[in-house]
Amino acid sequence: MNWYFIIFSVVKVAVVIGAVLTMVAYAVLAERKISAWIQDRVGPNRCAPPFAKYIPFAGTFLTRIGFFQPMADGLKSILKEDFMPAGVRKIYFWLAPALSVIPAILVVAVIPFGSQLGAQKMVIADLNVGILYTFGIVSLGVYGIVLAGYAANSKYPFLGGIRSSAQMISYEIAMGMSVIPVLLIGGNLNLSRIIGWQSDHGWLVLYAPVSFIIFLIAAFAETNRLPFDLPEAETELVGGYHTEYSSMKFALFFLAEYTNMIASSGMMVTLFFGGWTLPFWGLDHPAASLAMGLVQILVFLVKMLLFMVLFIWVRWMFPRFRYDQLMDLGWRRFVPLALANILVTAVILWMKS
Amino acid sequence: MIVNRKPLTFWERLYLPAIAGGLKVTLRHAFGSLFGGKTVTMEYPEQKWSVPADYRGAPYLVKDQDGNTKCVSCQLCEFVCPPKAIRITPPGPAGQIADRPNAEKMPEEFEINFLRCIYCGLCQEVCPEEAIFLLKDYSLTGQSRDEMIYNKEKLLALGGTHGGIQKWKHKLEEAKAQDNFPVKV
Repeated sequence: MNWYFIIFSVVKVAVVIGAVLTMVAYAVLAERKISAWIQDRVGPNRCAPPFAKYIPFAGTFLTRIGFFQPMADGLKSILKEDFMPAGVRKIYFWLAPALSVIPAILVVAVIPFGSQLGAQKMVIADLNVGILYTFGIVSLGVYGIVLAGYAANSKYPFLGGIRSSAQMISYEIAMGMSVIPVLLIGGNLNLSRIIGWQSDHGWLVLYAPVSFIIFLIAAFAETNRLPFDLPEAETELVGGYHTEYSSMKFALFFLAEYTNMIASSGMMVTLFFGGWTLPFWGLDHPAASLAMGLVQILVFLVKMLLFMVLFIWVRWMFPRFRYDQLMDLGWRRFVPLALANILVTAVILWMKS
Repeated sequence: MIVNRKPLTFWERLYLPAIAGGLKVTLRHAFGSLFGGKTVTMEYPEQKWSVPADYRGAPYLVKDQDGNTKCVSCQLCEFVCPPKAIRITPPGPAGQIADRPNAEKMPEEFEINFLRCIYCGLCQEVCPEEAIFLLKDYSLTGQSRDEMIYNKEKLLALGGTHGGIQKWKHKLEEAKAQDNFPVKV
């Protein structure tokens, strides 16, 4: 513990949080654009600051792809009236958005987003219990939603809160058990070492495909994305748990949802798709030079963005699950499947050793 | 009526073929709109809707083929207008009746409040002089309420020309003929 460690950690935290928040803003844009394309629409293509037309060549293109839209959206959420309905439980009403954002951002801390730049490891906290930490923090995310549903003193948020608590608790079990085979094979709880194992032996998705499928689907349920978006089902519950929220408090819930998407994409890349490694061009070992380090960060980002696109893409394919179907899928399909998966993996590993 | 549901087959219960099918459909649409230009969006201010021939847009005043105001300030349209959007100020006994000989009186002021107008077309229907027509304009905007009240000048400028029989001209000729009629004592 010395000053260098503290300074570098602060720099890393600042950069990562900045990057995550920017990615959230542009994930919203990507969501709107990809939705538009899938639905044969154009999507946001008008928003432009006055100086946009003076940018040579790219100005019109950036406006067409909606590059400036997130800035306008952000400005809008800050400037809008922060309306608090009568009869809300004020302390909880204030606390809920923070409680859903904080766990979402905390998860990002243990995800290795690159090998190293110089002597610095590109992970904020290289915990030996990385995966356990992640699951611990992720399960805290449900409190923000439940509290929002409770504090608003309105029936739609309340229903959303109830649904989300049941859904997130059910799928956490399947999610947690789906990762156990990965730990058995990789032999470590530290995410950096799991990546190290994958660079030696190949991506874990090849060893544990069932785990990956369960994890992927559970991740959709955990992040409240379609087809499991029952907590915020717009068509049934107005807006779900954040119905009564406005302005920046609403934006915080949005931020939490997209940060969760980013974090779970990052987790999937780390656990199953080799993190920052690629099996060729010498990208599978910690970088020796700064340039290679940057390339590896880029590799990680690209892999993660592919998962983000998948999240958005899947949204436009499925109708929302009914509540009993959701529970049925979680408890009667995935939990036994995950248990069987653990057993089979353990037996195979035992036979090999 | 009882609809018997067929039990799902194993493949159907797995969801996977349906997922693949869904991915295919959405991907086809995404590529179609990205690279094929198959979007259904009309980008409004640049691309405009082609208005059908019998469309009832905003009512404007028209001029005759010589550029004269056709309206004779009879106030029938003002009377018939259901939302009371039209307001006509006739010249009155002291005012100037018309800008040309033998014409009937002209409105001193003719205002249509487009915040009230419902584009029903009764004014056009009732007008004995074919002086007001519902044209094709459908997008009227302004930054204040006052701006949305169009006066005579503006309505005439927007309305354009609509030719027809010019009653006042006939009257003028008749009057001239009357003057020249040889009177025998």
